[in-house]
This record gives sequence, structure tokens and C-alpha cells, in this order.
Amino acid sequence: MMNEMFISTMLLTFKLAFVTTVILLILGTCIAYYLSVSRSHVKPLIETIVSMPLVLPPTVLGFYLLVAFSQENFLGRFLQEYFGFRLTFTFGGLVLGSVIFSLPFMVHPIQNGLAALPKSLLEAATTLGKSKINIFFKILLPNIKPSLLTGVVITFAHTIGEFGVVLMIGGNIPQKTRVASLAIYDQVESLNYHEANKYALTLFVISFCVLLLVYIVNKKYFAKGFK
Amino acid sequence: MIHIDIVKPLNLASGLMDLEVDIKIKDGAFIAFYGQSGAGKTTLLRILSGLEIAKKGKIEVGGEVWFNSSTKINKPAQKRGVGFVFQDFALFPNMTVKENLLYALKKGDTKTYVDEVMEVVGLSELHTRYPHQLSGGQKQRVALARAVVCKPKILLLDEPLSALDAQMRSKLQDKLLEIHKLFGMTTVLVSHDVGEIFKLCSDVVWIENGHIKSQGTPKQIFFKHKTSAAFEFIGELLEITQNEMIYILVLHVGHEVIKTIATKDEIVGLNIGDRVRVITKSFHPIIEKL
Repeated sequence: MMNEMFISTMLLTFKLAFVTTVILLILGTCIAYYLSVSRSHVKPLIETIVSMPLVLPPTVLGFYLLVAFSQENFLGRFLQEYFGFRLTFTFGGLVLGSVIFSLPFMVHPIQNGLAALPKSLLEAATTLGKSKINIFFKILLPNIKPSLLTGVVITFAHTIGEFGVVLMIGGNIPQKTRVASLAIYDQVESLNYHEANKYALTLFVISFCVLLLVYIVNKKYFAKGFK
Repeated sequence: MIHIDIVKPLNLASGLMDLEVDIKIKDGAFIAFYGQSGAGKTTLLRILSGLEIAKKGKIEVGGEVWFNSSTKINKPAQKRGVGFVFQDFALFPNMTVKENLLYALKKGDTKTYVDEVMEVVGLSELHTRYPHQLSGGQKQRVALARAVVCKPKILLLDEPLSALDAQMRSKLQDKLLEIHKLFGMTTVLVSHDVGEIFKLCSDVVWIENGHIKSQGTPKQIFFKHKTSAAFEFIGELLEITQNEMIYILVLHVGHEVIKTIATKDEIVGLNIGDRVRVITKSFHPIIEKL
């Protein structure tokens, strides 16, 4: 029984991290590209919004998401009525919260990667008659692979380790919104240290391996002089 | 015929200034934009390629309007069909030499053309290498080949050889001449190397502080203000020391550091670090083969 619960909790945790990472890879790359080329006046505003989760306590974000999507609100009612979407106590809600909360972890590395590419690469491709989309997929993205990898891995690991937002939005419903970090909290509260350690150790080992992998791959990449 | 008549404000370290030029270039010419760094040569090249936009004026190439500020025409850089060789080579690091060239190939052109161009610039044996596995000279040849492979009407070279040593520079200058003869495209070279311009170019436009100082063949431009037996070098003043009545100046000219003497009147207004012109008169200079 406990084992089944452990597996389903871990699966849910990874599912959340996976879905969040996939969504953010697309969304984050678009935002990062916009930020790297934009000279608009709203750019600092967007940069600020993207970076807010770095400084805000997750509970603040969770709180405002709860308020924004509450059934008392137009937005909450609208989404519930027309799309059947509820933020609170659902997996969809967890994904939304995680996407917002992990946004800077995806956007920043990609934005830095794009900014570090020599401008002449883009200009050379332009004089060769290539469209912006072509340049984006054939020149820009392939040359920031380490940044993409960093973004993906850090986002994935960060989502796995998330606590505040998922607690606020998801509650702590077994097999539905209870992820590993919540399970640890739960087990410790009921003085079930052995079970808590199972979750904690799993998270610890996975995070360690993931980060180690990133650093090894990036080192190899740069050792090749492939900048 | 290329006709560039533009105005563009430049924001340089030395302050604001207008780049204001009116230049006509004959089809098939090999022309140099000559001048000190910061004079506006590279900006002019970028405006011609469409990477930067002039504030006012017009650009016409072969009767076609590329840019006209009064009718708001601006042909985008993608459609101008110029070959641009960048100072930093700008090779795509994720592609091999051959892939760099294939990427540049226009739709409908056969891939064998890439092999032909690689043969001409001597890259055939390097085609599977990535840019980081190439030397400076090899990278430059790839950049040149890539610019040529899309059959541009105009080839723009932004100080393409400045990062290379003298021997490699000389070899690549020959290559440039060969390519110009073979493909016959109008070629514009940005350079501050008089020797290079003499070797390669039929015309020179001397740009100073954003304006054309003079224009003509290399002989007309560089011989004009020199008497036949005077040599002139540009150098940097490194040190001034007083020795009783005279002053000793240490100058950096070319690759040499030289000492010379000067009177009190001659050093007025000279400061350490100034760029100076050194003129020496010799009725019969000694020339030895190296």
C-alpha cells in the first residue's frame, strides 16, 4: 500500500515536472528570443515579470493565483464554465502554477545563450537571404544547445523541488496533487521518518545526478571550442 | 552601376557625427573604402548590405532602387543578394565547412557548385571540419567561399584580412584577385592597409570623419601629396626626452621602434600617444631584396 503510494506520488511528481518543462521549453524560448532582440520600452517590464518568481515567496504567487482563479471571480467562473478548468486542487492548476514559478529558470539561460552569440552570425544568415524563422531554427537554436540543456534541466529539477506553490494551489490530495515534496512534509508531520527519507533520498539523488550531468555535458561542449 | 547617396548619424566614441557620402561604383569594379577606424567605412558597407538603414538618401544598384528615404523604399537585407564577409568570419559553429556553404546555396542551384567553389578557394580537403578546427586563414577562406557561393551581385569585404599574419594576408589577397577575375562581381573592400589596396583595387574612396576626403585610383590618392623622393609613415609617439638643446622622440612606426631628434619648436603640441606623420627625405633611397 505504502509502496504503491510512493510510486504514484513519484510518477505524479515527474509528470508535473515533465509537462511543465515541455510547456516552458516552447514558451520560454519564445520569450527569451523576444527579450534578446527587443529594443522596446516594455522589455524591462517583461524582464521584471519573468524574474519575479526568483524573489517572491512561492506562497505569494500561490495566493494571487488562488485569488485570480477563484470562483468568486469572473476569470475563475469563465474558465470553469466554458473550459471546465479549475485551478484549485487540480493537476492543470499545478501545471499553471509551476510554469509561472519556473519561468525564470528556463528564460534566463536561453536569453543569456542567445545574447552571447555573436551578432554577426545572425547578420551573415540574413545577408544569405534566410528568413527569421529559418535563422532561428537553423542557426540560433543549434548554437545555444548548452543553454537549452541548462534551461530544461534546471526547470525540471526546480519543478520537482517545488513546495509552496503546489501546496497553496493543489492542496495535498493523494494521487492527484500530492507531489514528492509535499509527501515528505506529510510524512514528517506524522513522524514517519523512514517513509520521508525514501522521498527525500530519491529527490536528493535525482537532483544531484541531473546537475552533475549538466555540468559534465557543458564542460565537454566547451572543451570542443564549440561556442 | 551602384549609386549610394546617403546620410546617417553616427554615435562614436569621439562624439556625434554625420556619415554623409555620395559614391558611384562601376559594375565589376574592385573598390576600397579607405580611412582610419571610426571614419564610417564599415557603417557604409552595412548600409549598402541593408544591415543598417540610412536616415536619408538613396541607394540604386543596376537601375533598381534598394533604398529611398523620400519614397520609403527599403529592400530588406535578405533580398539584396549581397555577399558579406565579416571581420570575425561569422561562420556557423554548428555546421561543417561544407554545410556552411550548402546553407548559403540558393534554392535551385546544384550542390556541385559548392564543390566547385571549395576547389577554387582550396577548401576541398577541409570540407568535413567544423569552424573551431580551422586556422584563421582557413576560416577566412570559408567565409569568402560562403559569400561567393550564393552568386551575389556585390561582394562586401569588411577588413577581411586584418586578423591574419602578413604571409597569410598576401596569399589570400591573391585568392581575392583570382575570385574577382573568375566571378566578376562588383567588390567593395574596407581596409586601412595601403599595400593591400594597391594590390587589389582599381579605385579608392578615402573616408574621413564620415565624409569623402578624396576619390580616385590608388596612385592618384596615395601619391598626391608626396614629393617623389620623400617617404612618409604614420607612427605613434611613445616618449619625449630632453637632451640639452634638443629633444629625443621615440616613435613606433610599422613594426619598429625608432629614435629621432626634434627641436623645441617641432615638439610644440605633441603629446605621448599622439599619432604622427614621419616624413623623411632621401634623394636616393637604398633598396635591398629581403
